Amino acid sequence: MQEQLQLIKKQAEEDLQKCLTMDQLNEVRIKYLGKKGELTQVLRGMAQLPAEERPLIGQLANEIRDSLENSLSLYSEKIKVKELEKKLRAESIDVTLPGIAPDLGRRHPLHLVLQEIKNIFIGMGFTIEEGPEIELDYYNFEALNIPKDHPARDMQDSFYITPEVLLRTHTSPVQARTMEKTKPHVPVKIIVPGKVYRRDDDATHSPMFHQVEGLVIDKNIRFSDLKGTLLNFARQMFGPEQQIRLRPSFFPFTEPSAEVDISCVMCKGAGCRVCKQTGWLEILGSGMVHPRVLEMGGYDPEEVTGFAFGMGVERITMLKYGIDDMRHLFENDVRFLHQF
Amino acid sequence: MRVSWKWLNELVDINLKPEELAEVMTMSGVAVEGIEYLNKGVRGVIVGLIQEIYPHPQADKLSVCKVSVGDAVLTIVTGASNVKAGQKVPVAVPGAVLPEKKIERAVFRGLESEGMLCSADELGMDADKLPPEQRDGILILAEECPVGADIVPLLGLDDIVLELELTPNRADCLSMINVAREVAALTGGRLKLPEIEKSGASQACEALIKINIQDQDLCKRYVGRVIEHVQIKESPLWLKQRLLAAGVRPINNIVDITNYVMMEMGQPLHAFDYDCLADKTIIVRRAADGEEITTLDGKKRELTPEMLVIADAHKPVGIAGVMGGLESEVTAQTKTILLESAYFHGPSIRRTSNALALRSEASLRFEKGVDLEQVSLAADRACQLMAQLGAGVPVEGQVDCYPHPEERYPIRLRLERVNSILGTDLGETEVEKILKALNITILERDLEDWHVFTPSYRRDLELEIDLIEEIARLNGYDKIPTTLPYGATTQGAKNAEQRLHDRISEIMVGQGLFEVITYSFINPRHLDWLYLPPGHELRQTVVVSNPLSEEQGIMRTTILPGLLETVKRNINKRNKNLKLFELGKVYLSSGFPGERKLPQEKWVLGAISTGKKEKTWAYGEENYDFFFLKGVAENIFSSLGLGDVSFVKSENNPSLHPGRCARIIVGGKKVGFIGEVHPLVLEKYGIEQRAAVFSLYLDELIGLVSEAVRYQPVPRFPAVTRDLAIVVPEAVEAGQVLGVIKDTGKTLLKNISLFDVYRGQQIREGYKSLAFSLTWQAEDRTLTDEEVNKLHREIEAALARELGADLRR
Ligand SMILES: [Zn+2]
Repeated sequence: MQEQLQLIKKQAEEDLQKCLTMDQLNEVRIKYLGKKGELTQVLRGMAQLPAEERPLIGQLANEIRDSLENSLSLYSEKIKVKELEKKLRAESIDVTLPGIAPDLGRRHPLHLVLQEIKNIFIGMGFTIEEGPEIELDYYNFEALNIPKDHPARDMQDSFYITPEVLLRTHTSPVQARTMEKTKPHVPVKIIVPGKVYRRDDDATHSPMFHQVEGLVIDKNIRFSDLKGTLLNFARQMFGPEQQIRLRPSFFPFTEPSAEVDISCVMCKGAGCRVCKQTGWLEILGSGMVHPRVLEMGGYDPEEVTGFAFGMGVERITMLKYGIDDMRHLFENDVRFLHQF
Repeated sequence: MRVSWKWLNELVDINLKPEELAEVMTMSGVAVEGIEYLNKGVRGVIVGLIQEIYPHPQADKLSVCKVSVGDAVLTIVTGASNVKAGQKVPVAVPGAVLPEKKIERAVFRGLESEGMLCSADELGMDADKLPPEQRDGILILAEECPVGADIVPLLGLDDIVLELELTPNRADCLSMINVAREVAALTGGRLKLPEIEKSGASQACEALIKINIQDQDLCKRYVGRVIEHVQIKESPLWLKQRLLAAGVRPINNIVDITNYVMMEMGQPLHAFDYDCLADKTIIVRRAADGEEITTLDGKKRELTPEMLVIADAHKPVGIAGVMGGLESEVTAQTKTILLESAYFHGPSIRRTSNALALRSEASLRFEKGVDLEQVSLAADRACQLMAQLGAGVPVEGQVDCYPHPEERYPIRLRLERVNSILGTDLGETEVEKILKALNITILERDLEDWHVFTPSYRRDLELEIDLIEEIARLNGYDKIPTTLPYGATTQGAKNAEQRLHDRISEIMVGQGLFEVITYSFINPRHLDWLYLPPGHELRQTVVVSNPLSEEQGIMRTTILPGLLETVKRNINKRNKNLKLFELGKVYLSSGFPGERKLPQEKWVLGAISTGKKEKTWAYGEENYDFFFLKGVAENIFSSLGLGDVSFVKSENNPSLHPGRCARIIVGGKKVGFIGEVHPLVLEKYGIEQRAAVFSLYLDELIGLVSEAVRYQPVPRFPAVTRDLAIVVPEAVEAGQVLGVIKDTGKTLLKNISLFDVYRGQQIREGYKSLAFSLTWQAEDRTLTDEEVNKLHREIEAALARELGADLRR
C-alpha cells in the first residue's frame, strides 16, 4: 500500500511536469484527485486495511494529497503566467503605425495674437470695447481733432461710403464713442480690437487690417504711466528682457505723441535685416490724449488726463512668428494656417 | 524735405557727423529717414576742355577728341554725339573711379583712348532731376568750371542729403532756415542766418502795381515787388547745386531764385510777367463759375467758386498757391516781373490742389501754413538775390496788402502742469533753458505760472500742451520715468458677446475646423455668382465710393464669397479636403443712408466643408458633407446649452442645392441656414467638388444662450436601452419621426439615436426603414420590462397613426 502510494505520487509529479495548459492540469487533477481518481481510490481502499496500518497509511495518503494539491496550484500559477504571456505575445502590435487622431482645427494666427494682447491688457485691468467698422466721419476724424481739410487726413487714405460715412481708418473712433458714453466718470480703461481699412494695397499694406487701440482716462494720468504700461505690455508679449524706446511723433489726437519701438525680436538689439540694422522695431503709436479730444468727449482736461495707444496686429503677428509677407495672413492657405 | 548738408552747415555750426545728427533729430521728433551721399563713388574725374573733335578713322559711330585737362592734352575716343569743340566736359582720366567701373587706357578700333568722357548717369547722378538737355549723352559743364579741376565739388557731389520725414505739425521744417533753428535748439550750435535787406512800402512800387484782396478769408496777406531790367539766364553753379540737392530742377535764374527762397525760408513765391498783367492790377478773389485758365503745364483748367485765383483786371492769371497761368509766365522775353509772396488759407489750397490733382512744393507749404510774419521778408530776400546775381533791378520798396495783421497772444505755461502731465520733476531753470533754445520768450512770470511768446515760424505751438510736448521732446523722451497708473483698481474683462465669440471659435477649432479671415469688402459680381435674384435682400449693399478696384466695391452682405474663394484658392494648391470657418461681420444697408445714420453690422459664423477625411490604415474615409457640417452646428448648439433647435427644409435659398438645404431655427427664431452649395454657384467659383456651408447670425443667438449652468443629479437608477425599427413612406422626414417619438416618450425618454436608414431589399418601393435606439430612464425607480414595452407600443401606435409607419418585424 505504501509503495502504491509512493508510486502514485511519483507518477503524479511526472504527469504534472508534462502539463502545458490549464486543461492538461485539470486532467491531472481529475486523474488523481477526482471522484474516480487514483489517490481517491486508494483512500477509499483504506477501509480494507488492517486497523493498525490505517493511521500510518492515512497520514501518508493525506500528505501525498496535500503535496499534490500544492503542486497543482503551483503549476496552475505557472501555467497561467505562461498562457497570459502567450496571449499578450499574440496581441502584440506595430507601435510605429500612425495614431488615429481626431481632427484638430486652428485659430487664425492674427486671432491668436489678438487673444494674447487682450489677455495681457485684461490682466492690467482693461475692459474690451468694440465699435462699428463703418463709421461717421465725425468719430473717425473730427472728434479726434482732425477737422475737414486738415493735412493730417493725408496720413490715412480712406474708403468713403458717403461724404459723411467711411470705413474707419483706425480703431480710435471707439475712444470718442466710449468717452461720450462714459463721461464724466473715470477711470476709463479700455482696449479696442478690430478691423480697420485704408486705401493701400502692396506687400506691406493690406486694405483691411487689424488694430488694437488703448485708452486710459483718470485723474493724474501721466506720460510716464503710458511708458510703464507699454513696457509692461512689451515684456509680457515679447519676453522679460524687452526694452522699449519712445520717439517724439505726431498724432492729431494725442500730445505729447510718441512712436514706440521695441528692441528687435530677431537680433535682440544687435542689428539685423528685419530692424534695418537699428536694433529697434516700431510697433505702435501713442501719446497723452489731446485736451481738445477730452473736451469733445465731455471731460475737463484740467480735471482728468489720459493716454492712448494703437498698434497693428498684423505687424506684431508677423514679428512674433517671423512671417515675411503680410499677404499670407489673408490668403488662408491651410498649409500656412496649420502651423499655428 | 531734402536737406543739403553743406547748405545746413552754412546756416548753423554742427559738430556732429551726419549720422549722429540724424540720430539726434530722429529721437527728438524730426525723423531723418535716410542719408544720401551724392557721391556714389566718383574719384579722379576732372574738367576737360574739348579742343578738337574728329571722326574715328575706323568706326562710323565713334569720335576722337583732343581734350585739354590743364597740364596735358588727352586723346579720348567717345561714342557720344552731343559733344562739340569748346565745350567743357567731365573726363575720367586713367586711374579714375566711377560708381560702376575703374578707368584704364583702352584701345578702340586701333586708337588708344586716354580716359573717358562721362554722362550724368555714369557719374551716379539722378538724371531725372537734371534739365532735359543734360540727361542724355555726355554731361556738358558750365563755362565757369576751371579746366583740370576735380569734378566732385563742381557738381555738388561732395554734398550729403538728409531726408526728413516730417509730421504734419512740423511744416516749419520745410525751410532750411527753420531746420537750422531746430538743429541749433537740439545741439546748441550757433546760428548763422543770412542777412536780408528789408524793404518797406514805397510810392515807386505802389505806382507800378495795385493789389486788392477781395476774399480776405482765403488770403491774409499779399506782398508784391517789381523787378525791372530782367535778364533771363542760367543760374550760377552753386545755386543749381543747392536746388538739385533739394530735389528741385533748375530752370532759369528767376524761377531758380524763387525756388531757392522757398527752400531757404519756406515761403513759396511766384513771378508774373508784369507786362502781361492788365491794368497792372492784382485781384485776389474766388474764381467765377465757369471761369477757365491755362496753367503753366499747358493744360486748360475749369475753375469753380471754391478756388482762389490771382487775377488781373480782366481774368485769372494764376491759381493761388497751386500753379501760375501760362499767359503770364516768365519767358526769355520778359523785361519786368511782379514777384508775389502771399499767405493763402491752407484748407482752401488743399481742396483746390486735390480737386485739380496738382500738388507742388508750393501747395504743400501753403496747405500746412507758411510763416505769416515773414511773407514780406521772403520777397525782399528774393529781390536781394536777383540784384546780387544780376537777374534784374528791383524797384525800391514793396506793396504789402495785409488788411488785418494777425494778433498773436502769449500762452500760459504752468510748471506744475508740465510735471504732472509728463510724470517728471523738471525745475524752473531746466524748463527755461529749453524755452530759450526754442526761441520762446517768457513775458510774465508769477512764480511757476508763466506767460510765454512763441516765434512766428512755429505756428504749431498754440496751447500749453504744445509747449509741454516741446519740453518733453527737447529734454528727451528717454528721460521720462517709467511708472504705472496709481488710480483705483479696475476689473479687466470681456463682455458676454466677446465671451460667446471666443467659446464658439474654440468649439469650431475643437471640431477640426480651421479659422480663416477674409476681406470685408467683395467684388459686386459675387452677388451674381451666388445667383441672388434682383431685389434680394442681400443685394441691399453698402457701396464703397472710392475703391482701389472692384475687389473692394461693396461691403459683404454674406460671408459665403470669402469662404468659397478660400476653398477655391486652396483647391488650386491641391488642398482638397477642407473644413473652414470665419467669425466676422456682414454689413447690411437696411435703411442706410436715410433713416439710419450707419449701416447695420451683424456678427456671423460661417463654415464650409468639402472633400473628405481620407481613409487611414484603420478606418474608412469620412465625407465632409452636409451631415458632417450639420453635426458641427449641432455641437455648437449643444455646447451652448441650446435645446430648442430645428433644421427645417427650405427650397428657396438661391445659392444652395434646393434638395439639400435647411433653415436653422433656435428658440423659434431663424438664426441661419445650412446646405450644400448649388452646383451652379460652385461652377462660378470654379470648384469642382461638392461643398456644404452654414451661416449663423450670432446676434440672434446671444439672447438665447445662458452662461449659467445648473447641475442635474446623475441618475441613480439604471437606464434601459431598446431598439425601435419602423418603415415609413419616403416623404416622411426623420425629423418628423423624431418629433413623434419625443412627444410620445415624454420625460422618461432620455436619448434617441438614429443608427440606420435603409432602403432596398425587403423594403417596399417608396418606403424607407429607420432604426432607432431609445434610452429610457426614470429618476425614482428602475423601469420594468413591462413599462418599457408599453411605451414602445404607444410610440409605434402614434407613428402608425400620424405618419403611416409600419413596424418592421
Ligand atoms: Zn534686428
